[in-house]
Amino acid sequence: MQNSEIIQNIIRFIGLALLQVLVLNHINFLGYINPYMYVLFVLIFPFTGNRTLLIFLGFLLGLTIDMFSDTGGVHAAATVFIAYIRPVLLKFAFGISYEYNVIKLNQVPINERLLYISGMVIIHHLVLFLLETFNISHILLALRSTLFSSIFSILLIFCVLVLFGRKRS
Amino acid sequence: MQHILFFFIRNKNFLLFFALFLIAISFTIQSNSYHTSSFVSSANFLGGGVYSARSSVTDYFGLETENQKLTEENTYLRSQITQLQRFSEAKIDTTITNAPFYFKAAKVINNNYTQSKNNITINKGSRDSIVIDQGVITTQGLVGIVNNTSGGYATIQSILNTNSEINAKLKKDSHFGTLVWDTRDPNVVQLRQIPRLAPLVVGDTIVTGGKSTIFPEGILIGTIKDFVLTDDDSYVVDVHLFNDMTNLKQVYIIKPTQATEILNLEAATEDAEQ
Repeated sequence: MQNSEIIQNIIRFIGLALLQVLVLNHINFLGYINPYMYVLFVLIFPFTGNRTLLIFLGFLLGLTIDMFSDTGGVHAAATVFIAYIRPVLLKFAFGISYEYNVIKLNQVPINERLLYISGMVIIHHLVLFLLETFNISHILLALRSTLFSSIFSILLIFCVLVLFGRKRS
Repeated sequence: MQHILFFFIRNKNFLLFFALFLIAISFTIQSNSYHTSSFVSSANFLGGGVYSARSSVTDYFGLETENQKLTEENTYLRSQITQLQRFSEAKIDTTITNAPFYFKAAKVINNNYTQSKNNITINKGSRDSIVIDQGVITTQGLVGIVNNTSGGYATIQSILNTNSEINAKLKKDSHFGTLVWDTRDPNVVQLRQIPRLAPLVVGDTIVTGGKSTIFPEGILIGTIKDFVLTDDDSYVVDVHLFNDMTNLKQVYIIKPTQATEILNLEAATEDAEQ
């Protein structure tokens, strides 16, 4: 990674963490639905970047969110999980083009992009809510939260990517 | 030796992931068991500081209702003073009291109510002699129990937390039960193990039981909204809270002055029985 990229990622890390704990955690749409947009950090981390670093940063970001929302380690677990399985989803969504040439998230077809974002967000939210309820008898509650929060997060992340992504491409 | 080293290098991503995932899970388990002050908590310098800054901005939005609540409480307290003055004209020396509970005011700087295990952060901590296991109320009713403190901040296990179990009773005839939350509605909690004999009526008041040293007896909780008889011959009562848990600003922490004496006595009795 170049210097500019490192600085960009540091700013993104702090910005997304603050946005999440100060604004998005307090939206409570329809009583309980909150978007978790900090996942965006893992989603748009450079595809050629260091994988070990991403896993570590994902853990750190999740732990920061956990600290602010008093949730133990659920965000850390969910984020480190998607940071680890990201290559699998990249391959699944973008196919062979991911392995052979450098792709940019703004330039891939919209359906592939949506598939990648949805996959990552849903897996993240599923791990998150299963660990948060931490009770097999409340599994339906966890699935319901996953569904509604995922829709909200995916919409938000997609909008943000469309709005801010154009400049860099 | 070399093979082992290669194994670690080859699988370094998986091993790192696995280690971090285990750490995160252990934090989760730790946070699920009551009585463990985890360091991953908003009651620390960073979390408290950021939330204080946030609440110093957002506090202005609720000032009007907050003033109204305080005026209502003042009116109520004034009426109580005049009632008490009728009984005794003697001057009360307020420096020496043997009141069993002291109260301390604090401001809520972060409030959650959408998760299944909600915590509230307040701007008073161990420097203001807040310790773990003190009760927290508002002028309208019960809020929760302090579960973690740092120098300047503390977190409260809200009654909207599936780990929370608080002793409560009917106001009119002292049938005891346990107050828990089923995560469905932030304004409705459940009172379990109320015996079948209890004469329940929708609209009856539920108050704290006073069987623990944390809360004094008779702190308001809410009114009965609905009740069903379960298989084990006890009622599960839906209690509509007096407090609006989604809008908390000012809370009071209860400091029991005789708790150590009571707990020491109970511990001594248990020791003697063994």
